[in-house]
Amino acid sequence: MKQKSTTKTSYHIPIGPIHPALKEPVYFEFEIDGEKIVGVDVKLGHVHRGVEWASRKRNPIQILYLAERICGICSYCHPAAFTLAIERIADIQVPERAEYLRVIQGELERICSHILWAGVAAHEIGFDTVLYLTWQIRERALDLTEFLTGNRVTKGIMMIGGIRRDITSDMIPRIQKDLQYFKDNFETLRHIFLDDKTVKMRSQAAGVLTKDDAIKLCAVGPTARASGVKKDVRFSESYFAYGDLDIDLITPDVLTGEVNGDVYDRIIQRLLEVKQSIEIMEQVLDKMPSGEILAEPKIPKLLAQLKKANGEAVGRHEAPRGEVIHYVKLDGNQNPYTWKVRAPTYNNILPWIPMLKGEQIADIPIVAASTDPCMSCTNRITIVKGSERYNLDREELHRLSIEKTRRLLR
Amino acid sequence: MRFSMLPRVFIQMFKRPYTNKFTAKYTPASTTKFLENVGAGKAQLIPPVETPNGFRGKIQYDKEKCIGCKLCITVCPSNAIELKADEKKIKIFLARCTFCSQCNDVCPVNCLSMSNEFLLADADKYSPELIVE
Repeated sequence: MKQKSTTKTSYHIPIGPIHPALKEPVYFEFEIDGEKIVGVDVKLGHVHRGVEWASRKRNPIQILYLAERICGICSYCHPAAFTLAIERIADIQVPERAEYLRVIQGELERICSHILWAGVAAHEIGFDTVLYLTWQIRERALDLTEFLTGNRVTKGIMMIGGIRRDITSDMIPRIQKDLQYFKDNFETLRHIFLDDKTVKMRSQAAGVLTKDDAIKLCAVGPTARASGVKKDVRFSESYFAYGDLDIDLITPDVLTGEVNGDVYDRIIQRLLEVKQSIEIMEQVLDKMPSGEILAEPKIPKLLAQLKKANGEAVGRHEAPRGEVIHYVKLDGNQNPYTWKVRAPTYNNILPWIPMLKGEQIADIPIVAASTDPCMSCTNRITIVKGSERYNLDREELHRLSIEKTRRLLR
Repeated sequence: MRFSMLPRVFIQMFKRPYTNKFTAKYTPASTTKFLENVGAGKAQLIPPVETPNGFRGKIQYDKEKCIGCKLCITVCPSNAIELKADEKKIKIFLARCTFCSQCNDVCPVNCLSMSNEFLLADADKYSPELIVE
């Protein structure tokens, strides 16, 4: 820890490395002047599970399931990006129907992730009724995932050269019913988040990320788009079937006419994306051609083909949190020579610094949560004030956040 | 605006809870006693939510059909499958299994399948319940 000599005007709050408001164990040091944050320092690299190393002893088909376990919420994006890289190296042409089915899975995951995030964000400002409402909607999304893939979280649906499960015509009514349910409830969610005075008071002008900063710090996904940066892999690189669909990149100014880059804009952005995902899924169900779903149904044959492949490639996929990049190099052995993963949160950590500067301690939860980091592990903050040391735990921080909401309501 | 969710909350009070209270409605004072009662037929378990078709649960193995080709061992991501060399049959350790059903897809004689069973918690990872052979 970088401990500066204690001054009379400011003190330091270390947060992390283990903290539930942070997606991965990451270490923050806040310099606080009263209630105001004047400086933020971030340190990365506290967790290394050796996932990439484990790939050295596995063939590409085994790695699909290893990639799935990098993140529980993005359990489709990682195998998708990995598959794209492998397909590029081995020059595998994916059947058209499989490309459409892949879009359905990707968008369903986006709906799950964004609705989950909306609940967490509401919880952070002490709006727990909305948390239960959103998670009830998410439950339907997870049931649909289970229906389509066979499991709620680890989907195991991706396969090199296609997709493992088809959507038959008797499954379509159930999907359409659920999409209609999402649409109906989306309207309620939109009303709660965008018209509510409390949400507006807590989120407007909080955690501002300017467009310049977003570009400079390489923010990705909804965080970047909410700051007005038109960055989305689905549109810039038309992989899967995204090129065939009639969709437009959205930024929050579609709704409000201006881009502020604050937490409120990130809420708008995610809600608009949920709506867009529902529309994309409907379009896909309409346009989906019939045909094969696997380029090579015989897996031993596919493995032999991959063993012969030589070369390197990058696979990019737009995960719910932003662009995920997988770099793979095959050198003619059964197992890949190397595999490198860059998850979107890695890019969205540095933008926290400009976002948090000038905010209050009670704003840390909502601002940190606004980039959608994963909630995990225990939550513990130690405040070091002079020679005094005390813990500011998750409950305490959450209480501060609720108090601020109440104070604003008064 | 401040009470915009009030109608919904009010309706919810008269609706059945969304959550399935699996195993028991309230946490029993003693779990072992509760399970004993269930065994004796005095108490009843609330069943879990039904799984859809195509759910990936505990693996079922048709030993007669198996030809010992080792393809499932090649594709298993967690190395949960072991070959019994003397009789050329396989042994699956469910404690390691990730339930991806890749072995089902690759099997040339379709001797593996996924069942709906998913309540597999056990204190011992080598218990006979968790080994399929």
